[in-house]
Amino acid sequence: MAGKLMLEVVTPDKSVVSEEAQIVVAPGEYGEFGVLPGHTTFLTTLKTGMLRYNDEGGNERLVFVNGGFAEVMLNTVTVLAESAERRRDIDIERARVAMKRAEERLAEATKREDVDFQRAQAALQRAIARLKVAGTG
Amino acid sequence: MATLKDIQRKIGAVKKTQKITKAMNMVAASKLRGAQEKMEAFRPYANKFAEVLGSLAERIGADEEHLPPLLAPREEIKTVDLLLMTSDRGLCGSFNSNLIAKAEGFLKEKGGEGVETRLICMGRKGRDYFRRRKYNILSDHIGIVGARFGFNVAVTTGQGLIDSFLGGETDEVHMLFSEFVSMARQTPTVQQLLPIAAVEQVEGTQEAEDVGYVPEHICEPPAEELMAELLPKQVYVQVFSGLLETSTSEHAARMAAMDNATSNCKEMITSLTLVYNKARQAAITAELMDIVGGAEALKG
Repeated sequence: MAGKLMLEVVTPDKSVVSEEAQIVVAPGEYGEFGVLPGHTTFLTTLKTGMLRYNDEGGNERLVFVNGGFAEVMLNTVTVLAESAERRRDIDIERARVAMKRAEERLAEATKREDVDFQRAQAALQRAIARLKVAGTG
Repeated sequence: MATLKDIQRKIGAVKKTQKITKAMNMVAASKLRGAQEKMEAFRPYANKFAEVLGSLAERIGADEEHLPPLLAPREEIKTVDLLLMTSDRGLCGSFNSNLIAKAEGFLKEKGGEGVETRLICMGRKGRDYFRRRKYNILSDHIGIVGARFGFNVAVTTGQGLIDSFLGGETDEVHMLFSEFVSMARQTPTVQQLLPIAAVEQVEGTQEAEDVGYVPEHICEPPAEELMAELLPKQVYVQVFSGLLETSTSEHAARMAAMDNATSNCKEMITSLTLVYNKARQAAITAELMDIVGGAEALKG
C-alpha cells in the first residue's frame, strides 16, 4: 500500500472528521467515487449525500455531506462542505420535520423555476440524505 | 452644597451602575470567547478553500478575454453596493461610530465620482444611522452580528449580492467590516467582494507548495466549470469571515468599554467617598464649635 490515507471533513463551523481511513467513498458530481491510498490528485464537487469510509479498524463509518467539494492530494482526502454530520450526530426528528415541510412546500409551489421551489427541493434532498445516512430513511 | 444624604445617594447610584457595567463586561467576555472559538473553527475551512481556489485559478490561468463573469471588472462603474456590518446594540465604545464614519467616507467618495451607491445593512446601528439620513438602503438584516449565526446566513446574503451583480443592477460590491486585530484594536476595513479580486492566499498557508512535486488535479467537472461552482463560495466565505470578525470585534469593543466604565465608576466612588467624609467631618466640627461657643458664652 502506498502509505496511509487521511480523511478530513471540514465545515465552516468545525472539523467533523479527521482520522485515518482505509477507503473513502464519496458522492461525486458525476457519481460515487472511491479513494484508496496512492490515489492521484483529484478535485470534484460533491452532491448532497452520503460519504462512507472505513476507519483504521475496518469499521464502516457514514457521514452526511451537503454542498461541498472534495480534494484528494498526497494521500489526504479533504472534504469542504457547507454542512456535514457523522451518522450519530444526525438529528432524525429534525430531518423528518424538514422533509415534511419541504414536501408541503413542493406541493404548493406550481412553477418549477420558482426560487422557493428550488429551495424546497434542495431542502428535501438534504432531509432524505440525512435520513438515509441515519439508516431510517 | 450637597447634603450628606445627597452624596450618599449618589454613591449608591454609582455603585449600582458599576455592578451593571461589570456584569456586561463579563457577559461580553464570555461571548467573546465563543466568537473567537468560532473564528478559530472557521480558519481551517477558509485556508483550505483559499488553497484549492488558488491552485485552480493558477491552472486556468488569467485569460483576460474569457474571465468568468464574477471575476471580470466592469468597464463603467455606475452603481456600487456596500455591505455594511455594524452591531445591533450599543454600549461598545466607538465601535459603531468608527464603522459608520468609514462607511460615510466610502459612500461620499463614491458619490463624489458620480457613482450611485446602495447599502445592505447588517446590524441595527448602521441601518438606523443611514436610514435617518435617507441613504438608499436595499435591505437590512438584524439579529445576526454578535449573535449565533450559521454559514447559511453568509450563503443567503452572498447569493443576493451575486444575483444583483450578475443581473447588472450593480457593478461593484464592497464589504465594510470590523477587522479583529487584537483585543485592544479593531479596524474598520473595506474589502471588495465583487467582482472577485485576484484570488489571494490567506496568510501563512502556502507552505504546501514546498512539499515537492504536486501533480495537477484531475477535475470533475472540468476546471472551468469547477471554478464557476467554487467562485460564489468564495463570496460566502468572505462574508462569513467578515461576520465572524465583526462579531468578535463587537464583543471585544464592548468588553473594553465596560472595563473602562467599571474603573471610572470606581474612581468616582473614591472621590465621592472623599467628599462625603469631608462633609461629615465639617458637620461634626461645626457642631462642636456650636457647643464650645455656647459653653464659652455661659461662662462669661
